[in-house]
Amino acid sequence: MRPWFWMMPLWLAVTQFAAAVEVRSFDDPAKAQAYEELVRDLRCLVCQNQSLADSDADLARDLRDEVYRIIESGQTREQASQFLVERYGDFVLYRPPVRGMTLLLWFGPLVMVVLALYVLYRIGRSRRARNGQRLMNEEETARLRRLREQYKDQ
Amino acid sequence: MRFMIPLGIFFVMCLFLAIGLKLDPRNVPSPLIGKPVPAFSLPLVQTPERLVSQEDFRGEVTLFNVWSSWCVACRQEHALLVALAGRKLVSIVGLNYKDERDAAMDWLARLGNPYRYSVFDAEGKTGIELGVYGVPETFVVDRKGVIRYKQIGPITESVLEGTLLPLIRQLQAEAP
Repeated sequence: MRPWFWMMPLWLAVTQFAAAVEVRSFDDPAKAQAYEELVRDLRCLVCQNQSLADSDADLARDLRDEVYRIIESGQTREQASQFLVERYGDFVLYRPPVRGMTLLLWFGPLVMVVLALYVLYRIGRSRRARNGQRLMNEEETARLRRLREQYKDQ
Repeated sequence: MRFMIPLGIFFVMCLFLAIGLKLDPRNVPSPLIGKPVPAFSLPLVQTPERLVSQEDFRGEVTLFNVWSSWCVACRQEHALLVALAGRKLVSIVGLNYKDERDAAMDWLARLGNPYRYSVFDAEGKTGIELGVYGVPETFVVDRKGVIRYKQIGPITESVLEGTLLPLIRQLQAEAP
């Protein structure tokens, strides 16, 4: 195959990341990293399946500005996400906190796995029980042995 | 009877999916319900030299309506707001969100002005304080300046008569 063909996924990857990124300058690389991680973990409320980092919506840009302002002023990541949660609710978090309402969300999959394992165990056990049943009674086994003896030489 | 188990699971799934279809993903519950209107100090659209703050809400039940001249759904609800203002049931205050002053003035001149006044939030900072993410949005604010309800999306006849007006009457009956 032609070499340019192999370059195509690379090209896709580059355009993906170029979607909606302003040039930000930070006085501390740790802040830059906190900002980058935050905007990926926060949901844009306009295009709800995109993070703040991905979305090109007007509001997403404003909210990125807010996150930048908070992080650059020296506040922590928690304070930045707290700022958004106080205004928009837990919905902005892609990782919602564990509480009554979200228990099913957090532990539902685990419950399903446990349930599936139990069903598998039950199926396995009934199958083993069926295999364990003897196919022939003792009389039949004896007859089979006799027949084998009889025709051993053929 | 064992064959009933997958059938039962199937019906439970159908039930969940049916409920999921009825839910509106745009209706995100606001954490601001039961909290005072966040502090702001903004100029009015029509008289920029006058500043208004959240303190101005005290004493009267208010519909705080977020609108913008570029917002199509705002146009949809605007006639209803003008009619409501005519009935003089409740004080309506506007938050002109990320708009241009000329466009906003033009809109009010052309389509009618239902607002006691509109505050001018050009940068959308107060919008963020209020958790606004899709104009139009409307807050019902009680006499103490506490947000009691948030309507996301345009006000329709049924929302107004079925939800907003009963709530407004109830809040107006409360002791100030």
